[in-house]
Amino acid sequence: MRNVTPSRIVAAVLLVGLGLVPVIAAAIGEPYYITLFTRIVIFAIAATGLNLILGYGAMVSFGHSMYVGIGAYAVGILSFHGIGNGWAQLAVAIAAGIVFAVVIGLVCLRTGGVAFIMITLAFAQMVYFLAVGLKEYGGDDGLAIGARSDFGVFSLASNTTLYYVAFAVLVLVLVVFERLVHSRFGMVLRGCRSNERRMAALGFPTLRYRLVAYVISALVCVIAGMLLANLARFAAPSYMAWQASGDLIVMIVLGGMGTIVGPAAGAVALLVLEEILAGITTHWMIVLGPAIVLIVLTAKKGLYGYLVGREATRPPPADERP
Amino acid sequence: MTLLAVSGLVKRFGGLAATDGVDLTVAPGELHAVIGPNGAGKTTLINQLTGELAPDAGEIRFDNRDITREPVSRRALMGIGRSYQITSVFPEFSALVNVMLAVQAHAGHSFSFWRPLKAEAALVERARDALAHAGLAARADVPVAALAHGERRQLEMAMTLAPGPRLLLLDEPMAGMSLAESERLITLLATLKGRYAILLVEHDMDAVFKLADRISVLVYGRVIACGDGEAIRANPDVRDAYLGDQDEAG
Amino acid sequence: MSVGLVLTQALNGLQLGILLFLLAAGLTLVFGIMNFVNLAHGSLYMMGAYFAAAVFDRTGSFLLAGAVAIPATMVLGVVVERIALIHLYSRDHLDQVLATFGLILFFNELVRIIWGPASVYMNAPAALSGTVNLFGLPYPSYRFAIIATGLAVGAGLYVLIHRTRIGMLIRAGATHPEIVAALGVNVRRLNTLVFGLGAALAGLAGLMAGPIVSVQPGMGEPILILTLVVIVTGGIGSIRGAFYGALIVGVVDTIGRAFLPTLLREFLERSLAQAAGPAIASVLIYVLMAVVLAIRPQGLFPVRHG
Repeated sequence: MRNVTPSRIVAAVLLVGLGLVPVIAAAIGEPYYITLFTRIVIFAIAATGLNLILGYGAMVSFGHSMYVGIGAYAVGILSFHGIGNGWAQLAVAIAAGIVFAVVIGLVCLRTGGVAFIMITLAFAQMVYFLAVGLKEYGGDDGLAIGARSDFGVFSLASNTTLYYVAFAVLVLVLVVFERLVHSRFGMVLRGCRSNERRMAALGFPTLRYRLVAYVISALVCVIAGMLLANLARFAAPSYMAWQASGDLIVMIVLGGMGTIVGPAAGAVALLVLEEILAGITTHWMIVLGPAIVLIVLTAKKGLYGYLVGREATRPPPADERP
Repeated sequence: MTLLAVSGLVKRFGGLAATDGVDLTVAPGELHAVIGPNGAGKTTLINQLTGELAPDAGEIRFDNRDITREPVSRRALMGIGRSYQITSVFPEFSALVNVMLAVQAHAGHSFSFWRPLKAEAALVERARDALAHAGLAARADVPVAALAHGERRQLEMAMTLAPGPRLLLLDEPMAGMSLAESERLITLLATLKGRYAILLVEHDMDAVFKLADRISVLVYGRVIACGDGEAIRANPDVRDAYLGDQDEAG
Repeated sequence: MSVGLVLTQALNGLQLGILLFLLAAGLTLVFGIMNFVNLAHGSLYMMGAYFAAAVFDRTGSFLLAGAVAIPATMVLGVVVERIALIHLYSRDHLDQVLATFGLILFFNELVRIIWGPASVYMNAPAALSGTVNLFGLPYPSYRFAIIATGLAVGAGLYVLIHRTRIGMLIRAGATHPEIVAALGVNVRRLNTLVFGLGAALAGLAGLMAGPIVSVQPGMGEPILILTLVVIVTGGIGSIRGAFYGALIVGVVDTIGRAFLPTLLREFLERSLAQAAGPAIASVLIYVLMAVVLAIRPQGLFPVRHG
């Protein structure tokens, strides 16, 4: 390696550690850990996806779990109708994700600041109720999935394969985003985070770029949702509950927003913490809630920021008033 | 021949008309200054020319096209560059990246997701040229947050000029500058004069009378006089409304 | 579909709208003055309902339940504001959203520990257990009382905000906070006062909702999100927007749920209508919000500046 920087060490440790999970789980005879960490990696993917707009574009979406749900339901509904082919499911999931993200994104991005937060939350609730209203597909109770997706060359039937597929998706997303944030597109996005008005005056049609970023970010969550449906063999409205969107934001801030690896580290930290707390008491949320408040009040850098010794980049405080 | 023609422009905020039927033209290569007391509606006028504010009535023509309803970004791409009264740059990027963004906006679309911006040699080169022209060559890689106030104003000018605009809208470019910095900027503007059409909003009367081909005096949203420096100095209305105050204050 | 049924559902919608208004008024004021997004507002509503249900369970008196629940919710709101939220006023909205998200988790778990995960029930006061006769139509007295109380509170708020010095400061604070501070007003005390007022209104909403909804952990969030829909539809920071927005959302949601499935049956195949009806009805208000925002991003009754 030419440049051994702290951030590369953190990223390497995180990824090598995650890569070895199935090996370690097999060595200590605890296959449960594969399932647990598949879940963690899936949420790491979703948090990384949301971070593209939240951390790099200052678009605080409080509704991104709806895209996780859309991915999950694409798998569930196609499987319900006997279509187990993973590529077909992927195509439908991506298409549905694009339709929802473009329409919802266009409405949300016309507003800004605090309205954006509220409206994304409201739209996520809308999609949640839409899923609850789909009585044919289980409604409130959710939809059981008979078989995991079959991609021809590989199938997600085995837990280990599913884990490595999820892991590969995470690595791919991290690599692509690392390139993206330094590309023309990424610089436009970051310019808009810093000063959207100036970007427009320079000649950038900012809405277009922010919308595309919103859609990319949504699609990453859609893919996370497909993996989640495969893991649980289940698609449920609860995937898009507003708490799930909140959890994604907690992961990002905990890990370090506006950094590439931070949100994934945050996902690992939050879900491991939840697992430990849940082992101690069923009322673990009574600890987690105040812990989140404390994290917000005290830890501005995020875990990643502490590890690599630099301030995570935050969007400037929204000073727009209604 | 005119590059920019504004006619009957009106913008009201509540009951107050900040722009009250303004007519104005800028010819290619002309430096047209707009002066007026605080609250005369100068920035409101500029914001309508750039498209950040939509006028309630009137028409703005640029290069013989009606641009009254065009969005901000399209006007910028047509060749209308602006600088802000309060420096508006990107503090988290380096000076070079700031100017590169300005160049990038005019260099095709930005739906390029893989290639690093800094690997685009053509953009880097143009941005370095613009920085050198603004006297900031040595500060190219310094984060903007670490630049001095005057340097940021120079950077802002570099960002405005880098894409090669046809019309410059300069909103009080000397605001907050030291005497030496103002002198430098006046020299720079003098070199720009003739090459660009410039609409200059400025409080610094020395600068205005030194540089302007034509001066419009804006008071309470209306142009009360328009002419060359001599005519404006001699105009009794202007003396009453504006210069008279200055004399007393000075 | 009889006229009586439509009227009943319209009144039910009005009643939901009134509840939403009580929540939206507090939330929008807090936002307007402090530029603060308080997602935990729904938790205050929940705590109000639980306080009321607990007192009602001990004493059987609805009046006593109200006399305890409203001030208790107000005190709780002020305590939470002083301990945690006060540190967040100068932070960006993301921090505010996240911290109040943490508070929601805390309060939901707290009531689960104290009162258990199952629903708690409380009855309407005996005097209001019957029906009133509205234009020959029997309507539950209690729901009618909610409408009357809500309208009275709305009128009171109007007088407070438009006819008193405090109201003048609140209005000024929403548009020109720096001027209010420059007038020598103790902005901190004004903030706490507004927060306490909002909490008390949330407590009142919780009390009144107690007998008609199930009082359970997490009850605050669905209504909080409806409240957010009300606020963005009406125009953030505007009391007037909150009032009309709440009534529109309440009526559209209730009427939609009641009649849309039947209406659809007129146009669609029965099975399809049965499947799609409830789903479409439940997303109606969000579609309404989307349409309003697509046309007027600042909401129906935006706060006027300057």
